[in-house]
Amino acid sequence: MSEYQLNPKLYDSDVAQEPIRAGYGRGLKAAGEADKNVVALCADLTESTQTHLFAEAFPDRFIQVGIAEQNLVAVASGLAAVGKVPFAAAYAAFSPGRNWEQIKTTVALNNQPVKIVSSHAGVGVGPDGATHQMLEDIAMMRVMPNMIVVVPGDSIEAEKATLAIARNGKPSYLRLARPKTPIFSTPDSPFKIGDAYQLRDGDDVTLFGTGITTYQLLVAADILGKKGISAEVVHVPTIKPLDNARILMSARKTGRIVTAEEAQIAGGLGSAIAELMGDYMPTPILRIGINDRYGESGEPGELFDFFGLTGDKMAKKIEDFVRNKQQYHRDK
Amino acid sequence: MGAKLTIPQLQQKANILREDIISMLEAAGSGHTAGSLGLADIVAALYFDVLKINPSKPDWSDRDIFLLSNGHTVPVQYAAMAEAGFFPKSELKTLRKLGSRLQGHPERTKLPGLENTSGPLGSGLSQASGMAYSFQYLDDAKHRFVYVIMGDGELDEGNNWEAAMFAGKYKLSQLIAVVDRNNIQIDGNTEDVMPLEDLRGKWESFGWHVIEIDGNNMESILDAFSMARAITNRPSVIIAHTIPGKGVDFMEYDYKWHGVAPNSKQAADALKKLHTLDGKINTGDNAS
Repeated sequence: MSEYQLNPKLYDSDVAQEPIRAGYGRGLKAAGEADKNVVALCADLTESTQTHLFAEAFPDRFIQVGIAEQNLVAVASGLAAVGKVPFAAAYAAFSPGRNWEQIKTTVALNNQPVKIVSSHAGVGVGPDGATHQMLEDIAMMRVMPNMIVVVPGDSIEAEKATLAIARNGKPSYLRLARPKTPIFSTPDSPFKIGDAYQLRDGDDVTLFGTGITTYQLLVAADILGKKGISAEVVHVPTIKPLDNARILMSARKTGRIVTAEEAQIAGGLGSAIAELMGDYMPTPILRIGINDRYGESGEPGELFDFFGLTGDKMAKKIEDFVRNKQQYHRDK
Repeated sequence: MGAKLTIPQLQQKANILREDIISMLEAAGSGHTAGSLGLADIVAALYFDVLKINPSKPDWSDRDIFLLSNGHTVPVQYAAMAEAGFFPKSELKTLRKLGSRLQGHPERTKLPGLENTSGPLGSGLSQASGMAYSFQYLDDAKHRFVYVIMGDGELDEGNNWEAAMFAGKYKLSQLIAVVDRNNIQIDGNTEDVMPLEDLRGKWESFGWHVIEIDGNNMESILDAFSMARAITNRPSVIIAHTIPGKGVDFMEYDYKWHGVAPNSKQAADALKKLHTLDGKINTGDNAS
């Protein structure tokens, strides 16, 4: 397996930043250029979901549905049924927040290749507060049979993920975030649906991240390294299907695992990995995320800090975890 | 596809569907009787006159599309599909049984010829709108129509009105909706549970062409579909007044038959009632 190409300026203070959703906008336009069956729908959030790039390039293939998320996905189901590749974009709080049943029945059970694209997920939506901070979507979408769940880690990866789900022929969920966040990948970094990637080698603990937390885990690993703790970082952009082999391989090597996500820790990435470990090798696990509470208003950076999702805050928790937990080794 | 059926022949088809509905629901031991019987005339008209479909080639690319949004009445659709030759009639007895392609509510991935998965109420009109949008604006397929049947109680669901607004905005003239106006839902009369009137006015205000008919009168049904296809500047809805349980006197108008299947004695009585209709129908050259 070739080494993952990380952004060489990863640890610089002026590391490039861009909203993850910006990658979706570019990827959707590129998908539209590659396939005339790609159509885009939006629920009155065309610019903030970055759908406007597609809408300007292909006005005939853009469908405005208004503030109606149930209709958004069910119309998309109808379009998919007659051969289109519909991308249905809204805010995560409302889609899948409001239209989960329509997604289940008309998209997932009906097995139509609709792409549910949900921007402004997580506490990073900031001052709008808890009503608009979707933290339950990973759990809601990953329990749905037939559904692919992708949570890109930065805008470059979001662009690749958009192109990948345009071609996968399956119901798919793409989770995007609002604020500018650091870019850790490069245009040459690999992305394949279902693959997890080792970003940093280590022996004492594996840190599994998805979405915006992966960069913060890289920061945490750097801090931990200076304290003599060797942390491996594995990026998991596809929550479903989970890259079981890669995750087990890393956990078996390090014997301790940490998961981090900008979502409820119940039902999300941490749960998915805990389920896998429970099945194969019950490894000590620290799950970092939002712990059974709602978000609140604040600037995104303040909220990441408040909820302990920064590299700095996570490094402290992880250090404590590593110093107090034995490594699990199956062959011991 | 052969010559057009006459109105008496279509009425006879509807009666065959009713008999099959009774038999399959009795065998299943559960299911929705009243709505299925009430829709038999409209569904017979669709499958044996209106729809351009090919039962031996369910995915024919020029076909019309039919969606049943109120999926609980799917026995009437299964009966019509079997009668049309999509699958053997013997399979009707597997309805709702483990391993059957005939699920309790329609599932597209199980049975060729089903165009969608439905049952949770309120989203069939949206799916139909997506299809009609594609035919009108993306595919240059002006010859293809999308038909969707909805229940009247189903219209309590807000999703329908999102779809009605959408179809009105985009003037989806290849979309033809049918509201099965039988006035019953599970808890009783629609006007007691959640009033729908002025139903015509509601649809008109959303930009739809409204046709109101006796949904158990074959001639009216055929006329309504012809009229709806002739409207080229907006979607059409046929408000079809039907009698729940139609054809079986002890089931007619009784909301208790909404979600109940007949037992063997009731089924035998119902089949007897349906058979006696034969004498009232002039079937022309092939009376049984």
